[in-house]
Amino acid sequence: MNDINTQRRNFLKTSVGAAAVAIAPGMLLFDMAHGKSEPVNGKVRWGMLIDAGQCKEGCNDCVTACNKENGLGSGTLTPTSAQWIRKIEIKDVSSGRELSLPMMCQHCESPPCVDVCPTGASFKRPDGIVLVDKHLCIGCRYCMMACPYKARSFVHEPLHDQNPDVPRGKGTVESCTLCVHRLDVGKQPACAEACPNKAILFGDLNDPNSEIAQKVHIVASVQVRADLQLNPSIRYMGL
Amino acid sequence: MKRFFALLLFILASTAWANVTNMPKPDIGKGGQCVRDTQWMRENHMHLLKHQRDETVHKGIRDDKISLKNCIECHASLKDNSVIARDDSFCVACHRYEAVKIDCFECHSGTRKSAWLLRNAK
Amino acid sequence: MPTPASLRLKNRMFYLLLAIAGLVLLAGMYAVHMMEEYGHIISGMNNQVVWGIPHVFALFLIVSASGVLNVASIGSVFGKAIYKARAPLASLLSIAMLAGGLAVLMLDLGRPDRIIVAATNFNLTSVFAWNVVLYSGMFSLVAIYLWTMMEQRMNPWSKKLGFLVFAWRFILTTGTGLIFAFLTARQAYGSALLPPMFIVLSFAWGLAVFHLVQSAIYSWNEKELDPEIQKRKRNLLGIFVITSMYMVAIYHMTNLYFAHQTAFEHFILRDGGIYPRLFWWGYIFLGNALPLALIYFPGLGNTKNVVQASALIVLGAFALLYVFIIGGQAFPLNIFPGYAVKSSFGDGQIANYSPSLYEFMLGFGGLSIAFIITTISVRVLNFMPQDKHYIAD
Repeated sequence: MNDINTQRRNFLKTSVGAAAVAIAPGMLLFDMAHGKSEPVNGKVRWGMLIDAGQCKEGCNDCVTACNKENGLGSGTLTPTSAQWIRKIEIKDVSSGRELSLPMMCQHCESPPCVDVCPTGASFKRPDGIVLVDKHLCIGCRYCMMACPYKARSFVHEPLHDQNPDVPRGKGTVESCTLCVHRLDVGKQPACAEACPNKAILFGDLNDPNSEIAQKVHIVASVQVRADLQLNPSIRYMGL
Repeated sequence: MKRFFALLLFILASTAWANVTNMPKPDIGKGGQCVRDTQWMRENHMHLLKHQRDETVHKGIRDDKISLKNCIECHASLKDNSVIARDDSFCVACHRYEAVKIDCFECHSGTRKSAWLLRNAK
Repeated sequence: MPTPASLRLKNRMFYLLLAIAGLVLLAGMYAVHMMEEYGHIISGMNNQVVWGIPHVFALFLIVSASGVLNVASIGSVFGKAIYKARAPLASLLSIAMLAGGLAVLMLDLGRPDRIIVAATNFNLTSVFAWNVVLYSGMFSLVAIYLWTMMEQRMNPWSKKLGFLVFAWRFILTTGTGLIFAFLTARQAYGSALLPPMFIVLSFAWGLAVFHLVQSAIYSWNEKELDPEIQKRKRNLLGIFVITSMYMVAIYHMTNLYFAHQTAFEHFILRDGGIYPRLFWWGYIFLGNALPLALIYFPGLGNTKNVVQASALIVLGAFALLYVFIIGGQAFPLNIFPGYAVKSSFGDGQIANYSPSLYEFMLGFGGLSIAFIITTISVRVLNFMPQDKHYIAD
């Protein structure tokens, strides 16, 4: 090959390379959702350890983060507002000791909401997260009656401009999803990330090396309404 | 008998003509294809969606080809970033023509996620 | 003897009644349309009280639909002639009320357009899923049962069908009670007593409805009910009322005994405002004491008294259902036993519930469906009980 052809070749390579570099940012304007291709399995069991001692009365950061992440709205609360997580102030009636803690869907191992759902919309994923399949939900609210923790909310009005990651709609029931859309891409639930006191520890209860599994092994923690023997994945310490 | 056949022919011809002249022209946004060819998608996208949604919701499988968000990312109009906002939007154009109500967007956002994020900056 | 004039009047009355019921039904349908458009926010139901007035109406209709078949069962299963003559009317009422009650339930769903999903996806541990089969089976069975009674050639089969219907409706009403019995965490529910209680309530309410409809039909046709038959059925009503009051009393007494249930019972029976009022005045006094007096007091107990008693029993039924369904939800869930709680989601607080007009429209729409089905059927087909001369047995 003579010099001119080699030069032409090099020129073409460079210009194509330059063009590719120029176009690449334009391609990236369309941001593809990247996710897992394998189904979740039961080896993992997602859970939380909430330190009620670290939870400050009057602080609502976890609630605000959840509302923002899931598009639940931030206006004044009414009896029909969806609340996936809430702060509860509790006071021991006999001793007078006061505490505050966040309460959300407890993601039970034997969820009563799953038992009562007529269509199977309320279900437990193999990794322990209890979800509502909105495709199947007919809005009968039986799961709301069955939940011991009043974790579920019903959508009472038409919704607009939902978060593309968190589909939610009128006439279906919803509750804390443990930010499943974040988990599936390796992030933490919004409330756990947002807590300024690191009161919410999230992790894999089944992994003996995870921080939560080790802590649960050492520190005294309880499940709320443990007498119902539902074995929730959310545990509380300092209660 | 002849009149019957004439009437039948007239009805068939006029409906055929109506079908041909009123073909919907959806705004295909960025367009392109990553799942299957256009005609297959026209015939089967509903079955695909119905199967894939269970894979995602129940099994957590969220790869690119299976995600509704991804479909919308490419097919949303480049003008208003939506697949449902106008009468000729990607989903609405054909569904309106066929008079099939779309249930998806009661819950799902019809907006391109990248555009939604810009609007609702964190 | 009916005169042409009175027949013409009756004719007009019939269409007038249908027109009124049709208007009520239209109002119900309007309420459904509004809920479809705007969501449940236009109802009084919220995230604390998730089942409201429509469910009170629906449960009354469904429980009575099952109970009214008692009349038929006593005929077909136990062989009592006067009940056998009334079996077709009872079966018709059952179908009509079931249709009305189910219509209200299904139209109150958040997504009534997804009935197909409910009919094709069954979670086998859910009572609601069993109910889809139980209720639709009930419709078909009672329709076939009616056919065996009204089609002469099929009469030999009516006893077998009667047994089947009897068993099916027991399972169905048990299912209705289990809806609540299975709710482990709620203080108002989660009791094995509820299915039998609902079964006995269905006896009382069903028979009361039957009495009302029967006397309406008799007076429309200007006939008199044989007093002997009236006495038998009146006594039966009295027994059912006493037994159902017994079941409700046992339910509350056992609850009162448990320390962890006492707060709830005090709420329902004493402190809860509208709930104790409805319970004592609506259910106990109007729904039980007065009817029992009307039935058993010496000098009372004639046809008019029985109709009055039946109407009062129906009112008492609504009162009890309101206290049971809504009072049970208004009392806060006890998530932290031994602690007083407060939150933005109503924890620790008695929930407020003010039913909206739309809920009443929907409920009455269901009643009108039952009324329309009954009225048209009774006019078109022969449901008048054919009594032979009564011989005491």
